[in-house]
Amino acid sequence: MGLLSKKDRALILDPLTDNNPITIQVLGICSALAITAQLKASIVMALSVIFVMGVGNIVISLMRNMIPSKIRIIVQLVVVATLVIIVDQVLKAYAYELSKQLSVFIGLIITNCIIMGRFEAFALGNGVWRSFLDGIGNALGYGVILIIVGFFRELLGSGTLLGIQVLGDPIAKTGLYSIGYENNGFMLLSPMALIVVGIIIWVQRTRSPHLVEEN
Amino acid sequence: MEHLELFFKSVFIDNMVFATFLGMCSYLAVSKKVTTAVGLGAAVIFVLGITVPINWLLDQYILRSGALEWLGPEYASYDLSFLSFIMFIATIATMVQLVEIVVEKFLPALYNSLGIFLPLIAVNCAILGGSLFMQSRQIASIDLALNYGLSSGFGFFLAILTIAAIREKIRYSNVPPALRGLGITFIITGLMAIGFMSFGGMLTGGDDGDSGDAAQVIQIGTPPNTDSSGGSALNYQSPEGTEQSTDSEEVNEEVIQEETN
Repeated sequence: MGLLSKKDRALILDPLTDNNPITIQVLGICSALAITAQLKASIVMALSVIFVMGVGNIVISLMRNMIPSKIRIIVQLVVVATLVIIVDQVLKAYAYELSKQLSVFIGLIITNCIIMGRFEAFALGNGVWRSFLDGIGNALGYGVILIIVGFFRELLGSGTLLGIQVLGDPIAKTGLYSIGYENNGFMLLSPMALIVVGIIIWVQRTRSPHLVEEN
Repeated sequence: MEHLELFFKSVFIDNMVFATFLGMCSYLAVSKKVTTAVGLGAAVIFVLGITVPINWLLDQYILRSGALEWLGPEYASYDLSFLSFIMFIATIATMVQLVEIVVEKFLPALYNSLGIFLPLIAVNCAILGGSLFMQSRQIASIDLALNYGLSSGFGFFLAILTIAAIREKIRYSNVPPALRGLGITFIITGLMAIGFMSFGGMLTGGDDGDSGDAAQVIQIGTPPNTDSSGGSALNYQSPEGTEQSTDSEEVNEEVIQEETN
């Protein structure tokens, strides 16, 4: 790991666990919950956010000495909006069905608090390489939660992963279905995303007690 | 009647927080006390009521395909809809700034109560989400757009007020340590969202209830009943014919699955 010093590695690895954007920093929850009924949508969303955050942090970090602090919010919004338009157009061109499913939630990456939060907290005060690592790290932390939630919701809700039936065929009653297992359609409804994230937080804080908050 | 239906749909059925998870960040961060929650809720109603109609005008006369026709027939083929994100967010950011200045000058009492929430709102997902849903649901007229903005803001207000009240009470309960704070709030919100789902049947009537229910299970990214299969009396239309057809295919598959089970 000659490329990454110990400090740099912490920038990428911390957001995956102890400083996770979703479960600890409480950023970027809106989009995390709405699109996780299928694993594929979660992965695409995670990739989009990784792209937007990595490039966005580079751009903001390059411009950090030129942005007047009074109008920095609007500058940041313009940078993010431009990147999100690129993502949206690419998805519309190459994965039209998926972009229909994600509907407005690609657009909502613009107001995803992770992005603005990291711009404000990190990219405005740090060099390009470190900002890039911070962006990628936080986006990965976000993506990990998204993929975990998407995994459980798709597996328990429709018995598939990435559209492939892994638990057997519910119509022909093969695999698990032959012994009376049924899909829990409730997992596909939006409220269950909240409860799954709640359970992830519970598990994480039980394992690392120093993260527990006061009531 | 149309207005009343849109109001009920935006407040209860497609509630910003519980059905579409918009504005979750501020919903979780600012809901520790009822007074601050009321301040943020009021600010959201206010800003949504201003930005949604303005963005409706932008969408109608500049952005959507063929919208530039009023400039002359040679402009009719332009489609600027790919610019909607950047236009909407720019409108929102400027309007928030403008509203802040105006309110500070003329209504100092209101300014003091909204206080720090106004600038925060520019980056609230609920505000941009309101405009984007306004676009994708093809709201038909400007008064409906105003209604949509105000009533979805009210839905957010209701949600944040209830969760703040619950969180104030939950301080006295014995929550497992690892769930304290964020965890229990998520789970309570989930339970509240399940409760709000029961409003789903209010406006669909009995006409095509079956397909509507099955579609709920399939849909992701959109809240229950937002597509054209439910609530046909409203102005909501599926933007694309293709989406409808794939939906109904999925619905059929689901129905088959349910029957065979």
